[in-house]
Amino acid sequence: MRVAVPVFPGSNCDHDALYACEKVMGWDTSAVWHQETRLPANTDLVFIPGGFTYGDYLRCGAIAALSPIMADIKRHAENGGLVIGVCNGFQILCEAKVLPGALLRNESLRFIDRKVHLRVEQSLSPFTNAMKAGQVMEVPIAHAEGNYILDASELLDLEARGGVLFRYSSPAGDIGEAQTPNGAMNGIAGIVNVRGNVLGMMPHPERAVEPEMGGIDGLGIFNSLTQTFAKVLGAVSD
Amino acid sequence: MKVRVLVSLKTGILDPQGKAVEQGLHGFDFKVDHVRIGRLIEMDVPTHNPDEARAQAQAMCDKLLVNPVMEKATIEVL
Repeated sequence: MRVAVPVFPGSNCDHDALYACEKVMGWDTSAVWHQETRLPANTDLVFIPGGFTYGDYLRCGAIAALSPIMADIKRHAENGGLVIGVCNGFQILCEAKVLPGALLRNESLRFIDRKVHLRVEQSLSPFTNAMKAGQVMEVPIAHAEGNYILDASELLDLEARGGVLFRYSSPAGDIGEAQTPNGAMNGIAGIVNVRGNVLGMMPHPERAVEPEMGGIDGLGIFNSLTQTFAKVLGAVSD
Repeated sequence: MKVRVLVSLKTGILDPQGKAVEQGLHGFDFKVDHVRIGRLIEMDVPTHNPDEARAQAQAMCDKLLVNPVMEKATIEVL
């Protein structure tokens, strides 16, 4: 599997993403500077890392969304290619209108940096097919703007189409305002686009892929991607 | 022409910054309510036609300055 990690001025989780994809998963991974206009040939997955691109000027992710590489990332997504945006990567995907909604300042106004529990809402996704719906995973969050918001009618559409992949929960899988650290609507932590090939999430699965990191639950997403690509390759060789 | 764009959160969108500032003002005994915080963007637009300046500013709002999910803009041509 070939992975591209776009790097913007102010990205600071790019090495976490590169480490998880390259060292832990053994994928063919390369960093791509945001001024590039093309992703490496045959890129299977684009992993947009977290950070504070352009100092969060104007709005988080708003300036990075205009970077040259974003046009090719949009093309990749439109062709059905997989994209995952974590934290600031999620904000960039929303600002680029690849994903619906926006991420506001946390309700508490605070930067929140701790582990949270997420309930997996869908297992019929290339990002979650190695997990079970209802399963709870523990991964870290580290953000000040993760308060997901969407117009009421679009929120209904998002929920109706099963676009929410992850919700903040208790360790037992209960959801609600008390379990949502940042005020996000419906406890939303991660969503996919209509086609299901673009995932945006505030929590950091790439920071929970080795026991030394304090947990390995993030592997659920990485292992799902491995499974997805095994199927794709299987289909091609058939 | 000088153009001023005032970007503010849409009605109904929670503004935790405004809330925090409101609490600060209450600390000074100002009995204020509904404090909202926005963003002011000023620029020189290369035209002498106010309608053209406004149209350009509107286009800038649509493309970059405003995120319509949460924000709205008021344009002032000075």
